[in-house]
Amino acid sequence: MNVSVVVFPGSNCDQDAVRALASFSGRPVAQVWHGDPALPAATDLVILPGGFSYGDYLRTGAMAARSPIMEAVRRHAYEGGLVLGICNGFQILTEARLLPGALLPNKTLTFVCKPCTLRVERTDTPFTGAFRSNQVVQFPIAHHEGLFYLPEEELDELERRGQVVFRYASPEGSIAPEVSPNGSLRNIAGIVNERGNVLGLMPHPERASDPVLGGRDGLLVWQSVAGWIEGGH
Amino acid sequence: MDFRTVGLTENEYKTILRELGRTPNETELRLFGVMWSEHCSYKSTRPLLRLFPTEGRAVVQGPGENAGVVDLGEGFGLAFKVESHNHPSAVEPYQGAATGVGGIIRDILAMGARPVASMDGLFFGDPELRKTKALRQGIVAGIGGYGNAVGVPTVGGKTVYDEAYTENPLVNAFCAGVVRLEDMVRSDTAQPGRLVVLLGAKTGRDGIAGAAFASVELAEDTSASRPQVQIGDPFAEKLLIECCLELLEKGLIDSMQDMGAAGIISSSSEIAAKSDVGMVLDLDRVPLREKGMTPWEIALSESQERMLLIVNPDRMEQVLQVAAKWALDCTVFGETTGDGRYVMKAGGAVVVDLPPAFIGGNAPVIHWPSREPRDLEERQRLEVEELSPPKDLGAVLRSLLEDPNLGSKTWISEQYDSMVQTNTVIGPGGPVSVLRVLRGDSAPVFVAFSMEADPWKCRTDPKGGGAETMARTLRSLSVCGAEPLGWTNCLNFPSPQDPEVFWEMRECVQGMADAARALACPVVSGNVSLYNETPQKKILPTPLVVTAGLLPDLDGFLPWSRWREGDHLFLAGMPNAALGASRYLLRTFGLLRGKVLPFDAGAEQDFTARARRTAKEGAARSARSLAGGGLAVALAKEALESGIGARLDVQIPTRPDVFLFGEGGPRALYAVPPASLPLFRSIWRGAPLTELGVATGNILDVKRGFSLSLAELRDSWRR
Amino acid sequence: MRHRAEIVVTLKSGVLDIQGKAVFQSLQQLGYGELEDVRVGKVIHLLLDAPTPEKARELARGMCEDLLVNGLIEEYRISLEAAER
Repeated sequence: MNVSVVVFPGSNCDQDAVRALASFSGRPVAQVWHGDPALPAATDLVILPGGFSYGDYLRTGAMAARSPIMEAVRRHAYEGGLVLGICNGFQILTEARLLPGALLPNKTLTFVCKPCTLRVERTDTPFTGAFRSNQVVQFPIAHHEGLFYLPEEELDELERRGQVVFRYASPEGSIAPEVSPNGSLRNIAGIVNERGNVLGLMPHPERASDPVLGGRDGLLVWQSVAGWIEGGH
Repeated sequence: MDFRTVGLTENEYKTILRELGRTPNETELRLFGVMWSEHCSYKSTRPLLRLFPTEGRAVVQGPGENAGVVDLGEGFGLAFKVESHNHPSAVEPYQGAATGVGGIIRDILAMGARPVASMDGLFFGDPELRKTKALRQGIVAGIGGYGNAVGVPTVGGKTVYDEAYTENPLVNAFCAGVVRLEDMVRSDTAQPGRLVVLLGAKTGRDGIAGAAFASVELAEDTSASRPQVQIGDPFAEKLLIECCLELLEKGLIDSMQDMGAAGIISSSSEIAAKSDVGMVLDLDRVPLREKGMTPWEIALSESQERMLLIVNPDRMEQVLQVAAKWALDCTVFGETTGDGRYVMKAGGAVVVDLPPAFIGGNAPVIHWPSREPRDLEERQRLEVEELSPPKDLGAVLRSLLEDPNLGSKTWISEQYDSMVQTNTVIGPGGPVSVLRVLRGDSAPVFVAFSMEADPWKCRTDPKGGGAETMARTLRSLSVCGAEPLGWTNCLNFPSPQDPEVFWEMRECVQGMADAARALACPVVSGNVSLYNETPQKKILPTPLVVTAGLLPDLDGFLPWSRWREGDHLFLAGMPNAALGASRYLLRTFGLLRGKVLPFDAGAEQDFTARARRTAKEGAARSARSLAGGGLAVALAKEALESGIGARLDVQIPTRPDVFLFGEGGPRALYAVPPASLPLFRSIWRGAPLTELGVATGNILDVKRGFSLSLAELRDSWRR
Repeated sequence: MRHRAEIVVTLKSGVLDIQGKAVFQSLQQLGYGELEDVRVGKVIHLLLDAPTPEKARELARGMCEDLLVNGLIEEYRISLEAAER
């Protein structure tokens, strides 16, 4: 699989994603500067990494969403290519309107960094084929603005269309609101677009791709994508 | 203008007149005022710092550069240093702490290293006071706000509470970075005919004379001090880091300096002096953020996120391209010369013309008088018999766990990103933090950090306290299996003009040096912060130590908090410790008295060797070096985090409270699986070793001592 | 002609304002029992060159739509005045 990681001014987790994907796939991962007009040819998966693009100034992800490279990312998504937004990347995707909603400040009003359990809601997306239905996994979170928000009716629509992919859960799989580390509505941690080829999530799978450094559940995301691509999609 | 206005003494002024052979002009006088302030010149402490051992097998760069560097093998080095930002944090906690983090990161970057880890030593007053809560909130938010955004993980730290810090909180910021030794930057490599370049933010009036501000006691009303605090921009710093590392990778710069205290004058004169070249700088060419700045304001500005580069003219074009990519201002404003003179021009006229080495390095040492404190004997007097043994040892332990100095700090560390860069093996919350270090195509290696401070012991017994502080870091590293490589320290003290304070400082340094020498661990960098006091209150003597150790792989790493049902528990090291200046004495009796257990080089060396063998040979499952709160607190933390209690039945050799809560000396709590007992016992044969009992159930039960459930312990610890 | 536009950006009324809630609680703790509600927003000042105030307002509105305001969760108000040299 051919992976490209976009680097914005202020991205911090780009190298983490590059290393995780290179180690998993055994192939070099392309790094694409935000000012470039195009993605490398034959890119299967574009990753918008975590970090503080533009210092989170104005609104998180706002300025990065208007970068030159986003035109190419939009086209890639339109043509059915895979796009994964992690943390700041998820925020950028909502600002770019490639995903619905907005990420508001955590209910604690503080930055929160800790391991986090999630429940997998859909296993039929390109990013989650290797998970079991309702599997409980652990990815770390590290963010200040992770409270997913949509007005009530649009939230119902989102659920009806099955766009919720990950929810904050207890280790036993309960999704009671107290279990959410940031107050996200309906405990939403990650969603896809209607078509299912663009995923945004606040937790960091690239930080759970090495047993020594935070667990191995993140590997299931890369396995899912690899499986999807090999399956000829 | 009078020399006293800029904070110079008569002796200093006379020295300047003598050396220059003329009267300095106003701009030059202001420059000396800042460069010869305590913060910049270390004039009160240079002789003391020479007491530290600075040589060692692993030392690549000792004190004298922006940071020290130790060898990690395969051509890679670890650059690290700790630095204080105390006075600014007292006045504007968020920005003071944030710019402290930013400043030390740039010191690491200036060595050519990529910053990979931060830690912070924080000292606050009484945590119940509104003022303390406000300061703490601002400082914690500032550290997180800057560190998280700039992408350097905060992997550990130390938070201390004592009313002595109420008006004078301390913020000691530590940073470590990884550098390819062949790319390591030095200040003595500049040649004549090179360009002097300013990279990064525009220059404004931030922090003007901040270095002098740090050398003066805080006045009663700090609101008048506000203009001197610098404002940090972590986004600009992230761009600066990536830009500088790209410039280095492409071999485009000859040398680099961070612009910290006294900005332009400090960084440029340092390079000129160390490289033995002259310099001509044109202040009119410095990009400014504010109108009407005078030459001395430009020269002394402490605007953040700026670096000084020395560039070969042939490479300048490419340097500009890289800077443009990262959208950073990059301006040539001077050149190096062969005439050995340091010259600054403004408005076409020469405003400064000084010998470079004289500016920074030659502030005359001040030999403050030193006198043993009159109440030293009183401070050290402690007859254990005069303390009535507590009836309820369990209540004492719970009280210790509720002590904010010993309780859980997770609520602070969770506000910091401890995992960015995906190299954090063990983050905040334990005795040691462990980081993976990638070494290009060679196998990675692992680095462990230990940060310690014990101002109470340094108050009652400065030499013993200094030794104990230093030794604790080495014990923690050895117990987990790491080989100490080198250390850095920050000496936080009140005014050296008080002879008793100066005596305390010298004794602390001597104690730290003795311990370091006995255990062959060199100092590679450090920082001094004096005048931490207000008219009402002085801080306690507060040396802070951070030691780095090497683990070739994780097989030989011995973690803590891993008890399993059936493990045998041992106390390695002498069972009798000291109550002097212990948490127990302070918390239970409200006494700050007593001497520290004397430093015993032989015992420390023996302990170190056996502890490292234990880790290397896998002879134990879990180990924790004893520190604040002694054996009982160590037992409680191990039990709590493992989720298992213990049944202990020991013939307690001294008074129960001395045995359970005494501190000092090389001692560790080990949990050994039955299969490893023969190996463990053989490693510790001939050394003091006390078998304590067994890990089991969910009660921590010490026969003839106390019995507490895990739930009770947890309830106290997480208060 | 130089114009100064002041843009006040606030969260839409249905959107959770956690900062507002925290500030409300702090002010109440300080004794301001008269307080009924707090909402926290931001102010952006633009100094721009345009031939007429209408054109300046149109430019400011464009900037709001293009970047300065997230229409899903925020709304805005523009005030305009002429600025001297």
